[in-house]
Amino acid sequence: MIAHLLVRQTIQILFVIAMAPLLAGWIRQCRAWLSNRSGAGLLQPYRELFKLLRKQPVVAEEASMLFVATPYVVFAAMVVAGAMIPMITTRLLLAGAADAVALAGVFTMARIFAALAAMDLGTAFGSMGARRTMLVGFLAEPALLMVLFTPALISGSTSLVVIVHDLARHGVILYPSMVFAAAAYVMVTLAENARLPVDNPDTHLELTMIHEALNLEYSGRYLALIEWSAAIKLLVYIGIGAALFLPWGITQGPGLAGLPMAYALLVAKLAAAGTGLAAIETLSAKLRLFRVPEFLGTAFLLAVLGLLVRYLFGH
Amino acid sequence: MNVSIGLPWGLILSALVLWSALAFASPFTVRFPRIAPFIFPLGAVGALCVATAGLLALHGPPVATISPLGLPGLPFHGRLDALSGFFLILFGLTTVAISLDLAGYRRHEHYPTAERIGAQYHILLASLTLVFVAADSYSFMIAWEAMALSSYLLVITDHLSGATRRAGFLYLLIEHVGALALLAAFAILIAQGPAGAPLSFTFTALHAAHPDAAVAGLVFILAFLGFGAKAGLIPLHVWLPQAHPVAPSPISALLSSVLLKVGIYGLLRVAFIILPTPAPWWGLTTLSIGLMTALLGALSSAVQNDMKRLLAYSSVENIGLITAGIGLALLFSAYGLKALATLALIAALYHCLNHAFFKGLLFLGTGSVLHATGERRLSRLGGLIHRMPQTALLMLIGTLAIAGVPPLNGFVSEWLTLQAFLKATALPRPYLAMGIPLGAALTALVAGLAGYVMVKFYGIVFLGRPRDAQRAQARESGRLERAGLGLLALLCLLAGVWPAGVIALIRPAAHLLSGANAMITTGDLGARVGVGHATYVPWVLWIALGAIALAAILILRVRAARGARRVPVWNCGHPLASARIQDTAEGFGQPIRDVFAAFLAMRRHRPAQDDRVPRYASTIEDRFWQGLYQPAARGFALLFAATATRQPRRIAISLLGVLMTLIGLLVLAP
Repeated sequence: MIAHLLVRQTIQILFVIAMAPLLAGWIRQCRAWLSNRSGAGLLQPYRELFKLLRKQPVVAEEASMLFVATPYVVFAAMVVAGAMIPMITTRLLLAGAADAVALAGVFTMARIFAALAAMDLGTAFGSMGARRTMLVGFLAEPALLMVLFTPALISGSTSLVVIVHDLARHGVILYPSMVFAAAAYVMVTLAENARLPVDNPDTHLELTMIHEALNLEYSGRYLALIEWSAAIKLLVYIGIGAALFLPWGITQGPGLAGLPMAYALLVAKLAAAGTGLAAIETLSAKLRLFRVPEFLGTAFLLAVLGLLVRYLFGH
Repeated sequence: MNVSIGLPWGLILSALVLWSALAFASPFTVRFPRIAPFIFPLGAVGALCVATAGLLALHGPPVATISPLGLPGLPFHGRLDALSGFFLILFGLTTVAISLDLAGYRRHEHYPTAERIGAQYHILLASLTLVFVAADSYSFMIAWEAMALSSYLLVITDHLSGATRRAGFLYLLIEHVGALALLAAFAILIAQGPAGAPLSFTFTALHAAHPDAAVAGLVFILAFLGFGAKAGLIPLHVWLPQAHPVAPSPISALLSSVLLKVGIYGLLRVAFIILPTPAPWWGLTTLSIGLMTALLGALSSAVQNDMKRLLAYSSVENIGLITAGIGLALLFSAYGLKALATLALIAALYHCLNHAFFKGLLFLGTGSVLHATGERRLSRLGGLIHRMPQTALLMLIGTLAIAGVPPLNGFVSEWLTLQAFLKATALPRPYLAMGIPLGAALTALVAGLAGYVMVKFYGIVFLGRPRDAQRAQARESGRLERAGLGLLALLCLLAGVWPAGVIALIRPAAHLLSGANAMITTGDLGARVGVGHATYVPWVLWIALGAIALAAILILRVRAARGARRVPVWNCGHPLASARIQDTAEGFGQPIRDVFAAFLAMRRHRPAQDDRVPRYASTIEDRFWQGLYQPAARGFALLFAATATRQPRRIAISLLGVLMTLIGLLVLAP
């Protein structure tokens, strides 16, 4: 039994680590196709990661231990988050370690470390990026929590395993409340992962960048870890979304037999979500930074609407 | 007379005797400098005794005692129950660290040494202990008053500065407005006693009075005002950001960690134990005031430039969150949902303990920074992680703990609070069941803001480069100072990794208050907390995070052919000309000012187009200060000016008036 849990857990961790760059590559490829470019291919993120890993890193003289430790902390946080989500099976070794709220906490922890590391060298871009990241973070947090509360109220628990179990049991039913929550979740995902319209992952334009400003001083394996973590974070967010809003196909039995099918379904969900994300990014323009609170406020209100709908109509 | 001296009382008594002796001995350190190094360490021993007594009191039956002190026929009553026990543990442990920190202070004209503060400090410790164990309103108010006065003396340690004296006066004033409200609350309850019987001041008698709903409500409001003034709830929070910066840092730590909690203790004692079953509006009032306090505190701390003022507003925020939890518990118990009330109480008390530990840590660390640099303004600090690496590491633990991120202790209480909010759907009124989960969103917003504030605090003080070349020569703090910090950091870690241990301390107290067991399960070597199926196991998180980080380090670092090359900062190719290009505290607070402009009373000056010398300025004041206190002060000034003209100038005539009034009252009295 424990052996089975361990096998499932290890496979999921390896899957999350290995597939995240592919997802990033897929989204880039889709964006290229949507804007009539041929694109660099699905494997481009892997090539970039391996190039960075081979290079000798360059670290500023003034850097403290915090600066050097942060890429490892952020990477570990994202992998642990990915390890705990029931996106393939609900029987995981780590699934009981944290519920949805604690998962949000793990993301906050990673964000705080990233922001502190950016302030370590005393550059203007670093502290600007830290400030903006924390702004987006604390605005997104209540919205994310409201999104998580809707399914939590349906199933009576904040445990993702219970939520998946409960939602999947009812078969393919569309809860109106969950539609609102899903819309809000998409908006939160865009903001938290520094995607358009909140942040543009492709530019280093100094006046508009948020996430990239944090990484300017990193190079070599440190940069590779950070880029990799960002890819894993996106995969994890889509994984949570898949678990909350499309919980079908997640195996719940004790055996290992259902796993290949569940993995195939997850890959399909990730591909579909990636395509959707690319479409959103192609169709939207970047918001000015001070429109971001409105954007996340809208996400919050949508989530609250979901909660109210759930409460008033019981669906 | 039934005097029973068990082990807990023996410990408390010996601590009281020890502290009194130390208070008496402190002034003599001027004459006999050789005893000076022993004063504060011995004080720490006393605090350890009190914490042990609290631990012993948790599980035993409540022990009452009647002390030979007090007026004839009106003795002091003491009682040690689980609630007192829990708060004694909180107080004792935090005080050990604070006393250690104080012991590390060198002799210096501006430092709080034994000769300057030893007497008032140990009197404060003794009176705090008495407040926690007092079992009648008479001894409670005497201990309360002793606490207020001795803490006032500590706040004005640096009394040569006018700002300090003004802040101390404000503290004293609000403290006494609160004490008056408490006196009124107790007086009303005492008057409700059985007719004909002699007046009894004991809490047991007050509980037996069973006032009707209207009277109980009035008493609750008065007690809420009185204890709220102590705890720093809006609108009576204004003394906090004034008094904390001017007090010596270890005293600020004591104020924030312990004295604010006395307000929480009193509120719990009166609302849950002395008064009958709460009405729903008590809970709603407490909940909404708590949430508003939390939001206001978080927003205000985000825009501060003074280290200690920032932390003081952050205390306002944390007290708000604790009070919100208490409000939730009141609401649950008003509707008879006792198990849920216990859940909310455990969340609130857990946060009390957490706040005592991490805020104590942060204030003590601020003291170390202050001594190393002589600077309280964030805009002059920076880069201290290189100069004070150990202090910086300990402060990082405090920063992460207060930011409420797993796997540290701040997150556990946040998690429990959110779980309690989610259970509000069990309330029988639809508007409550629907509205209160929104409070959870507000809690999340406050927690997010706290993260923002702490990144600002830590990033500006310890990271980056020194903003002021003169401050760049800071040195690491002394060994005893670091021991105090280290103890609190260790407690933060312990309370983060071992929630079951902390909950075991809280459970008896929460059970005493609500009369039911909580629906919290603990297990997995005592490190899992669960509410229903939702679980959180911090040590698994620690191990998983550590294992993956270690694996990444091993794979990448060890296999890498070459180590990192050290070079000057890249900064997109621009050479770093000046440390002033870093964000200042104002710069870091700018997004908050813009997004939440409506909540802050802000005056800005921006240069016009034709200004030769452009000048930017902005001042932010507390909205309550402008909107409530200044108009009130003007009103009183007008009133007094009006009455002063009608008053006779001769003092003898005034005294005669006082005498006539007194005689009139005595005649009118039944």
